[in-house]
Amino acid sequence: MKTEKNLPRNPSSIKTRFAVKFLQAMNKMNKRKNPSTSMAVKYKRYQFIRAAATSSMASAVGPRRAWSRAVLRKMRNHTAIHRFPMNNKTRTTRRFPITRRKRSSILRGNPRQEDDLGFGQEDDLRGLVPGGQGMDFCRLLSETAHYIKCLKTQVQVMTNVLHHYST
Amino acid sequence: MPKGTFITLIGIRVSKNHRERKKSFESTKNVTMSSRRSRSRQSPGASRISDDQIADLVSRLQQLIPEMRNRRSDKVSASKVLQETCNYIRSLHREVDDLSDRLSELLESTDSDSAQAAIIRSLLM
Repeated sequence: MKTEKNLPRNPSSIKTRFAVKFLQAMNKMNKRKNPSTSMAVKYKRYQFIRAAATSSMASAVGPRRAWSRAVLRKMRNHTAIHRFPMNNKTRTTRRFPITRRKRSSILRGNPRQEDDLGFGQEDDLRGLVPGGQGMDFCRLLSETAHYIKCLKTQVQVMTNVLHHYST
Repeated sequence: MPKGTFITLIGIRVSKNHRERKKSFESTKNVTMSSRRSRSRQSPGASRISDDQIADLVSRLQQLIPEMRNRRSDKVSASKVLQETCNYIRSLHREVDDLSDRLSELLESTDSDSAQAAIIRSLLM
């Protein structure tokens, strides 16, 4: 049977931890169910599920990875801003460390230089991986590998939950 | 000249000196490919290790991307691997968005009891 294949071999794996947290968030959302189905409510629900997936994944990974730390930090700042929305002075401005592109343009006055590693892709990658702006290249590559693995797990678990809902 | 500009200029001067100095110790925050490359012209021994590291990491990334898993690593340029990585991450993000959308539609259509049952079932899976 299919359920046999799905039995978690490692009860404390990232996959299981993520699944538990994600389902807890879904359950919480389900409890305060809103009977109205307006577009705004639908979009808000979609946003909540997406945010729950991202934050559950980050908290399942924990603080040992730079990308998960960045996601958790963003979530904390987000809730802090929403709880105390008034003061713009208290909001901390995020200071980006000087990236390679900015540094080369400051020092040499040149635009971004292409070389055989293709730094156009590196900047794209930094934008895609959370927390990617402040890392050096080696770190970025290893964080990307872990991030991709976790994204794959996330997609797998969410697909499984979807199947269970629809049966 | 305002004080801020002076301090910035000092900062740039310092970082330039750091770049030109031959160092085997690399700080994790400040090393970038360009500075590593200028160092490689001066001291090939120190930078060869990091080039190998990077090649290793790039090949590891290549293994993770489904389209590129079977290609031989010496035939694929690192730039292509990075590009495919970005595309793959974007497609995974899109997939997560799509799944969230379908899940939110399912949640609003099912009643709370069967939803709870489905959740418990998936927890036990």
